Amino acid sequence: MADGRGTIRRRAGLRLWLAGGWLALLALAAILAPWIAPADPLAQDLLGGRLPPIWVRGADPQYLLGTDSLGRDVLSRILWGARIALIVAALAGTATALIGATLGLLAGFLRGWVDLLISRLIDIWMAFPPVLFSILLIAVTGPGLGPIILAIVVIDWTRFARVVRAEAMAQGAMDYVASARVAGRGRIGTMLREILPNVVPTIVVLLTLEMGISVIVEAILSFVNLSISTDQPTWGGMIAEGRTSIHQAWWVLVFPLIALFLTVLSFSQLGEGLKDRFDPVLR
Amino acid sequence: MRLIRQILLRMLTTAVTLIGVAVIVFVVIRVVPGNPIAMMLPPGATDEDVLRLTALYGLDKSLPQQFLIWAGGVLHGDFGTSITSRQPVLALVLDRLPATLELSIMALVIAVLIGGVVALTGTRSRDSGIEAAIDIGNGIALSIPDFLWGLILILLFGVLLPVFNISGRITPSLPLNFVTNFYLFESILRGRPDLWLDLISHMFLPSLALAIPLSAIIGQVLKQSLKETMHLDYVTLSRTKGYGENHVILREALPNAILPTLTLVGVQFTFLIGGTVIIERLFSYEGLGNLAIDAVINRDLPLIQGIVILFAVIFTAVNLVVDLLYAVLNPRLRHG
Amino acid sequence: MSFLTIRNLSAELKGHGVPLLRRVSLQVAAGEVRGLVGESGAGKSMIGKAILGILPRAVAITGGEILLDGVDLLQLPPAQRRRRIGASAALIPQDPLTALNPSRRIGGQITDRLVDILGWQRARAEARARELLAEVQIAEPERVLRSYPHELSGGMRQRILIASAFAAEPRLIVADEPTTALDVTVQKQILKLIQAMQARHGTALLFVTHDLGVVSKVCQKLSVLYAGMVVEDTEVRPFFAGPKHAYSAALLAATPKYTDPAASLQPVPEAVIEAVRREVADADRRAGHG
Ligand SMILES: Nc1ncnc2c1ncn2[C@@H]1O[C@H](COP(=O)(O)OP(=O)(O)OP(=O)(O)O)[C@@H](O)[C@H]1O
Ligand SMILES: [Mg+2]
Repeated sequence: MADGRGTIRRRAGLRLWLAGGWLALLALAAILAPWIAPADPLAQDLLGGRLPPIWVRGADPQYLLGTDSLGRDVLSRILWGARIALIVAALAGTATALIGATLGLLAGFLRGWVDLLISRLIDIWMAFPPVLFSILLIAVTGPGLGPIILAIVVIDWTRFARVVRAEAMAQGAMDYVASARVAGRGRIGTMLREILPNVVPTIVVLLTLEMGISVIVEAILSFVNLSISTDQPTWGGMIAEGRTSIHQAWWVLVFPLIALFLTVLSFSQLGEGLKDRFDPVLR
Repeated sequence: MRLIRQILLRMLTTAVTLIGVAVIVFVVIRVVPGNPIAMMLPPGATDEDVLRLTALYGLDKSLPQQFLIWAGGVLHGDFGTSITSRQPVLALVLDRLPATLELSIMALVIAVLIGGVVALTGTRSRDSGIEAAIDIGNGIALSIPDFLWGLILILLFGVLLPVFNISGRITPSLPLNFVTNFYLFESILRGRPDLWLDLISHMFLPSLALAIPLSAIIGQVLKQSLKETMHLDYVTLSRTKGYGENHVILREALPNAILPTLTLVGVQFTFLIGGTVIIERLFSYEGLGNLAIDAVINRDLPLIQGIVILFAVIFTAVNLVVDLLYAVLNPRLRHG
Repeated sequence: MSFLTIRNLSAELKGHGVPLLRRVSLQVAAGEVRGLVGESGAGKSMIGKAILGILPRAVAITGGEILLDGVDLLQLPPAQRRRRIGASAALIPQDPLTALNPSRRIGGQITDRLVDILGWQRARAEARARELLAEVQIAEPERVLRSYPHELSGGMRQRILIASAFAAEPRLIVADEPTTALDVTVQKQILKLIQAMQARHGTALLFVTHDLGVVSKVCQKLSVLYAGMVVEDTEVRPFFAGPKHAYSAALLAATPKYTDPAASLQPVPEAVIEAVRREVADADRRAGHG
């Protein structure tokens, strides 16, 4: 047994490092985009449209990863796109976590009619097709960073609420909570001082996973042309463009897709890795 | 008695859920800035025309009034009229539903097949390198959503190795004299391989994209459940009777390991159906999801409303079927 | 010639080299009942599992032989070994609540071996199952055969498991503490039933138990196990008159007597444990050199 656990922990450790490494690199690239991007991500070069990446014949060495149909530099657009991806991940993830976890905590700890109400709301939400719902919301609010974050919070708060509610219920049933109550602590005090610290690891794991989901949702919205305004480079927007010219210029789709893939994978592996770390059975 | 009460309770919560969905969509889409009526009229239309049409669609009444009128219609099977195509919403939606159902069911079948094989292989070679490899594969398949799998599949099997179609539901030049809109089922029943092969060539990649995450979940959960079952006494007893590993896994462990997997697959299948929206867009597949996105972009309020409600109905129906299946498969519930 | 002969059987925990069985030898002649006693963790169940080919994956056999009807099971290819065990041996498990598959009807769980492994006609197997249920004194055999395990009581299920064990007329049955999981009231009945079935069918029986009192009633031969080593192998009657090994004697002293249950409950003395530990270590050393 000891060996098996060692292997799992070593593997989890490697996974954490790889995922964290990619995300750190990405964050750095996003921050430094204005300085390290070789070209203006919006600058069009009508004579240099659909130039392949430099290792393919017919490339222009000025454009490392080639250009799209309007002659914009793919590498620069990916670097600038990382900014939006990460901003959305951080803001939308955190906002969703705050709202979802609060509702879940209230439902799971207070029980009674609060729980009834929130549980019913969760049921209703689970009956919505999430992608369609987010598209609908953006269509209503109009594109922009704020609306995207709002849409993500609105469609995804149940992820946190469901899990935190269940955890809070389980914790609430334990002896230490009863003894805290006996010791004269109020309901809200007990919730914040006794229950919350115990569900924080779960929230952190979910938050990490939610960041990956946010990146995807943003890409999906960009893909259907409903994200941030069109003059900002986003990975989803690049993918939408790449999809239409897939037979003429594969690189326009492939590079942002790789960036998106690695980022989403990293967030989820980070989350899973953290889950293993927090799980007392594996520790 | 207990059963009847449970069924009633179930119907009640289902009704509350559906009404809740209807109310929320109703409110959300009526906050839309900009007048959808103005958009559908030709440029030379007068204000009077706009008012007349607004009244025709009932958009001049108060929100609760509008909702009651709409809900009254729904009870009579009338979901209103699409603003863009001016056809009954119900007809439009039912027209597209079969395409989406076929896609979802094909995805489910693929997911169960892949997930089942993965779980059984993993159980057979448990605690070995093969199982570790399966775990890593499952982990990756699980963390990448269907949208990205769709793009990857388009690149791999649409461009790099163009063996499948990546756009549409069927080649339009084929003789399309279908009676129903269940093209795939119909062409299989009628024994028309020319048609169903073409359909599958179009549906394979989008359904695989939908299936991959679910197959990983099935693979993971079923494998775990099987592994736990393999330690139980009745499995060991069956080994002493002379049975080999395959028989023990399939006949003794699997039936008992499936139950815990089933509930989870039910919930995940509703996620899969939700995923058809973007996957249909990605593969230009003419189903409900594609229709929905068009409806949102065109601000076709009655149509959006109808489609969202239909999705909600499908989701609740799937959950109901799963609960029934659970009861049927569980001997403890079946025989008092 | 004994039906079951185990010679110098050794087993250890894979990858750790922790010995679980130390050159165990024992024999069960046809129609004979041998008790296997020892403290918890001594390796009693491990021996039964080794015979029946159901050792945990983490346990490896490192030496010795298990002869069933003169054929060394350890030398057979896996598929052949399984069939041989299935056809000539059977297990009566400890816990009737977990030993029946909850999603299969009782009938199928009794007849499966007959049909699948021994190639009987289904009708014949079903007739046999009815006959067996009558033998283990189950009323309404038809109804019981169609039932699922959760519809039956623990005692009932243990009767079914006994019937199932005798179904293929095995020459050897391993019973691993077959009554410990049952109500005290049912325990005696089940014990009587096993005894009666064993006598009627003339089956060799390896009876694993904690309870020397039971051994004195059921068994003719006895093996005492400590730390995976057989410290005494003897006939039952002389054993109760005066065990040869100090550890066996202590074990016997630790067994409650019906006449005075409280007084006789004394733990095995430290000194005896020390002595037997030294003995085990000596044996290990000898085996290591030899
Ligand atoms: N699956 C397993 N993996 C590793 N070690 C095991 C396993 N099962 C049992 N063991 C070890 O093997 C030794 C013998 O166990 P065994 O079950 O044969 O004891 P026992 O004599 O039957 O005891 P009890 O009276 O409690 O049933 C014990 O030390 C135990 O810890
Ligand atoms: Mg035991």
